[in-house]
Amino acid sequence: MAMANKQFMTVDGIPVEINGEKNLLELIRKVGVKMPTFCYHSELSIYGACRMCMVENQWGGLEAACSTPPKAGMEIRTNTERLRKYRKMILELLLANHCRDCTTCDNNGTCKLQDLAMRFDINDVRFPNTAEKPKIEDSSVSIVRDAHKCILCGDCVRMCNEVQNVGAIDFAHRGSKMTISTAFDIPLAESPCVGCGQCAQACPTGAIVVKNDIAKVWKALDDRGTKVTVQIAPAVRVALGRELGIAPGENAMGRIVAALRRMGFDEIYDTSTSADLTVLEESNELAKRLGEGKAELPLFSSCCPAWVRYCETRYPELMEHVSTCKSPMQMFAAVIRENNRTSSRKCVHVAVMPCTAKKFEAVRDEFKVEGKQDVDYVLTTQELVRMIKESGIMFRDIEPEAVDMPFGTMTGAGVIFGVTGGVTEAVLRRLASDKSNTALMSIAYTGVRGMEGVKEARVMVGEKEVRIGVVSGLKNASDLIERIKAGEHFDFVEVMACPGGCVSGGGQPFASNMEREKRGAGLYSADKLCSIKRSEENPLMMSLYNGILKGRVHELLHVHYHGAKQEDH
Amino acid sequence: MNTQELYQKTDAILARYGTEERSMIAVLQAVQEEYAYLPREVFPYLSERMGLSEAHIYGVATFYENFSLEPKGKYVIKVCDGTACHVRKSLPILDRLREELGLSADKITTDDLNFTVQTVACLGACGLAPAVTVNDKVYPAMTPDKASELLKTLKETL
Repeated sequence: MAMANKQFMTVDGIPVEINGEKNLLELIRKVGVKMPTFCYHSELSIYGACRMCMVENQWGGLEAACSTPPKAGMEIRTNTERLRKYRKMILELLLANHCRDCTTCDNNGTCKLQDLAMRFDINDVRFPNTAEKPKIEDSSVSIVRDAHKCILCGDCVRMCNEVQNVGAIDFAHRGSKMTISTAFDIPLAESPCVGCGQCAQACPTGAIVVKNDIAKVWKALDDRGTKVTVQIAPAVRVALGRELGIAPGENAMGRIVAALRRMGFDEIYDTSTSADLTVLEESNELAKRLGEGKAELPLFSSCCPAWVRYCETRYPELMEHVSTCKSPMQMFAAVIRENNRTSSRKCVHVAVMPCTAKKFEAVRDEFKVEGKQDVDYVLTTQELVRMIKESGIMFRDIEPEAVDMPFGTMTGAGVIFGVTGGVTEAVLRRLASDKSNTALMSIAYTGVRGMEGVKEARVMVGEKEVRIGVVSGLKNASDLIERIKAGEHFDFVEVMACPGGCVSGGGQPFASNMEREKRGAGLYSADKLCSIKRSEENPLMMSLYNGILKGRVHELLHVHYHGAKQEDH
Repeated sequence: MNTQELYQKTDAILARYGTEERSMIAVLQAVQEEYAYLPREVFPYLSERMGLSEAHIYGVATFYENFSLEPKGKYVIKVCDGTACHVRKSLPILDRLREELGLSADKITTDDLNFTVQTVACLGACGLAPAVTVNDKVYPAMTPDKASELLKTLKETL
């Protein structure tokens, strides 16, 4: 009888079973057709504004596939003369007042508008171009907006509100005057924006892009008198992907190191190394707080600068709960600064990060020593890709190389920092009393792994059962905080602002959800390949604690955030 | 701006209409009724109380022509420019008022916050065209000269 209950409809003459799909778009994908869309993102609410995904039904009616649920007996066509005509018209109208200087646009090559214009064979726009001069808003150190490249699809607004619960931007005004704006059009830097860059990830055009610091880094590299050191975050190595002809999730660390060395970086390090420092410090802090019993629990992780910013502006009363550990980037930068004390050359430190918020972290007052930043420039993965392309290095063919000494050893615990649940797993490896391989493997199955936005686990630490929350996406963080405020108890909460963790960071090359998952899987296989799995077993840690860090652990590895007010921007 | 008073008044308004998102327009209208415009200070307060971002409330406030983010004058003069008033020469009346008060389409309120001059699409008083209202009192069958007279009387009451 099961057959009788099955429901079917027809797409382009092909019968398709309806299997709980929320909308026609999902169903159409099942017959192998990729519909054009601007305003549809599976993780955001349906907006139905761009009208690119229109389909024609058996009576000649037109419906937007994203906002129409499938019904049994429905017959639709996705590619008819009428539809092609309408889609072309929509594109032409969008292009009529859109900047068409693709060659100078930051999103050249990754722009959806450009891509669809190509797909639909737009070789002439019949309307005069009424595009206005660029309206650049670059007050933020993380992202740059150009209102005149905006097609008002609202993806950024829904990302900022629904996934991140930040609400820095929204639609303002109406009709031809409609724009995306902060409240009262204040500069983004003064708005509640946390710099996570997810809006730039969602933007189908070049209206929101990552702030570009490439020129400053080239300048430092070209100066013979300057020693340029660089650290590379875990999530970067699995995200170069497509852009450079590497399979999504493939670990390209060795090639990145080789490429950076060719570009002229003097010393190259892996942020996984300082992630081990973070693990040791954060585990200590957690063990101490657990031991004291009544002290501020839960302990929130502090590696994610967008989360820290969100917490200090939204929940200042919770800042006591946020770990005092600096992020791995800032820990490493402090260690490298100390190591360079004796250098006669001018020293510049660059960090390659998957993250736009790291650009903000680097300029924070708390991380300046005598007015100088510990990290001079933060490059996102997107910028790294561009620099590699610019340098002409044949990335696919380059021979992989190893990072430099004296900070060249890392562990699997540090590598998995780049994916949601990774920080927690690394801390648990440190705190587990059973150091056997079986115990190590079992941590992976406590529920901390996976790309879900909210994960919970109960783990025994010594005699005590510890309740752990792992969230990614700031809306999920907010929801968990509300639960804690309502009385639920957690001992440790890991927060990463971007859905899925740093692998989906705002500074990463664009990727589908599936590709993001592959990036996470790539980090776990990198962990498998590391002979050392636990941070405390990293031989470098001992020498650091007995050397540079001796008597200065608090000064170099911990921070007290001043709160919402930042002086410099 | 006395923010304490603003918050108290807003609290009373929220008690009346509720803090759900769907009440937003009613709440904004009630605030505007009190102040003749939406004071900037009310936005962070409403954001906190209603759990909506300031940017979102700003979006609604700028979408509707009826909401004003600028303080209004003591006397709000509305010149009707609906079809009936328009054909009976409402524009010269508007021009005269603007000229005498030094106002324009972009600057609608005098610096001393005494007068605001704006147009409305139709007051529904077509039989009295061309019509002008001052703080909702209707003045029928206006002419530019009558408008000047009206201004003179209003100025005397200041």
